[in-house]
Amino acid sequence: MDINTLRGIATIFAMVAFIGVVIWAYSSYKKKDFDEAAQLPFADDDEDQKTREQQDTRSNEK
Amino acid sequence: MSTATTPTAYNYKVVRQFAVMTVVWGIIGMALGVFIAAQLVWPSLNFDLPWTSFGRLRPLHTNAVIFAFGGCALMGTSFYVVQRTTQARLFSDGLAAFVFWGWQAVIVLAVITLPLGYTSTKEYAELEWPIDILITLVWVSYAVVFFGTIAKRKMKHIYVANWFYGAFIVTIAILHIVNNMSMPVSMWKSYSMYAGATDAMIQWWYGHNAVGFFLTAGFLGMMYYFVPKQTDRPVYSYRLSIVHFWALIGLYIWAGPHHLHYTALPDWAQTLGMVMSLILLAPSWGGMINGMMTLSGAWHKLRTDPILRFLVVALAFYGMSTFEGPMMAIKTVNALSHYTDWTIGHVHAGALGWVAMISIGAIYHMLPKVFGREQMYSTGLINAHFWLATIGTVLYIVSMWVNGITQGLMWRAVNIDGTLTYSFVEALEASHPGFIVRWIGGLFFLIGMLLMAYNSWRTIAASKPAEAQSAAQIA
Repeated sequence: MDINTLRGIATIFAMVAFIGVVIWAYSSYKKKDFDEAAQLPFADDDEDQKTREQQDTRSNEK
Repeated sequence: MSTATTPTAYNYKVVRQFAVMTVVWGIIGMALGVFIAAQLVWPSLNFDLPWTSFGRLRPLHTNAVIFAFGGCALMGTSFYVVQRTTQARLFSDGLAAFVFWGWQAVIVLAVITLPLGYTSTKEYAELEWPIDILITLVWVSYAVVFFGTIAKRKMKHIYVANWFYGAFIVTIAILHIVNNMSMPVSMWKSYSMYAGATDAMIQWWYGHNAVGFFLTAGFLGMMYYFVPKQTDRPVYSYRLSIVHFWALIGLYIWAGPHHLHYTALPDWAQTLGMVMSLILLAPSWGGMINGMMTLSGAWHKLRTDPILRFLVVALAFYGMSTFEGPMMAIKTVNALSHYTDWTIGHVHAGALGWVAMISIGAIYHMLPKVFGREQMYSTGLINAHFWLATIGTVLYIVSMWVNGITQGLMWRAVNIDGTLTYSFVEALEASHPGFIVRWIGGLFFLIGMLLMAYNSWRTIAASKPAEAQSAAQIA
């Protein structure tokens, strides 16, 4: 195969991959999942609180 | 319900250790930078000793700021973020402790071997083979802890920050192993397995992806967690963050050849590196805009919150240096800028403006949380630190722009008969004022770090566990 054919295929492959990612990311069926995921940094305040309480007891054990 | 023995609560101990060492190594690494900047102004500061010469201390400075300061910031925040967004405790406490102590051992070995002159001579990979093996062991353990935690996550989704941290961990492992393949001839001397232009290409494939994955992807992970947390609103567009992720990691890997313009590297590889670097502007700015726009509707918080200011100005510098980078990768621009101080200025726009500022902002957010305090000891000191860091960075960048363009123009100037207009020493003399301004800029940045150390120390000294300890003893 000519090296330029390979270069052409590689370019098209990269373009298709990029368009694929954009379509996937912006498709409506993923919207709910992504909205949920975007909230993850705010979802764990209970767990954080629990850690802080445990830390207090644990530092006593050491 | 008693929660004291539930095993799910987080491991903050290793996060605390990394957070403290981030500040410590930051001061050491930046002090070294200020010192070698002073050597360029007053050359006698090398004391005529081999151990304190610029050539040996400069790699120590870069290793200390990138791998010690930046590395501790990345490892600490990634262990914090991965736990908090998966709601799972770290995969293994023992292995996490090994990552911390192993990494500190690597840095101490660098502090010993580099001034002694033991170097593989590969930029940002100077450490000799025994240390490289230790790095590999620590890094694989780091990957096991990080991905092990993701595997046992309680949440369905993997938050985007973890994708960036994950890409950083995997890619650095590959880069480190491939670039450091070498043949040892003694305990502290080895030779690269590659030769000639191939060696150069592998070195800069490594070197630029150290920038792309260590200094960019890792810190973008930080950005995607701490900017939303500090503004108290979710990221502007989660969809954009996904496109940002795949485009960034897909493109960065190709950009290395722009370090080798007009060298023995084949022309097609140089052009490929240039084009990929230019395209890289798009995902870089996509990420910057995504971070900035997270503040939309909350811009007023900048007026009162210096931590948020650190995070947002970091993004601004990120945007600036990711515009400058592609521009400098253009061959004709590179013909002027390469080997001049412009490159040093560009690196520090990224290193001080982006990497250090986003890390400092993240540590100010995280440190009180993992030490059981509501907030840092003094907000005023954070504000002072912010202005010192910003002014310091601007002084640094501007002086290096002036120097770089001056040097580039003086080196290329030719007389009608084809001889060079200026000798090298004339260009060096013209750079002297810029060296002084750069040193002052660095000093500003370092003083800011000292304020941070004091502020952190006061925050930790007033930490809750001590109080709670006495309370718990009564019970």
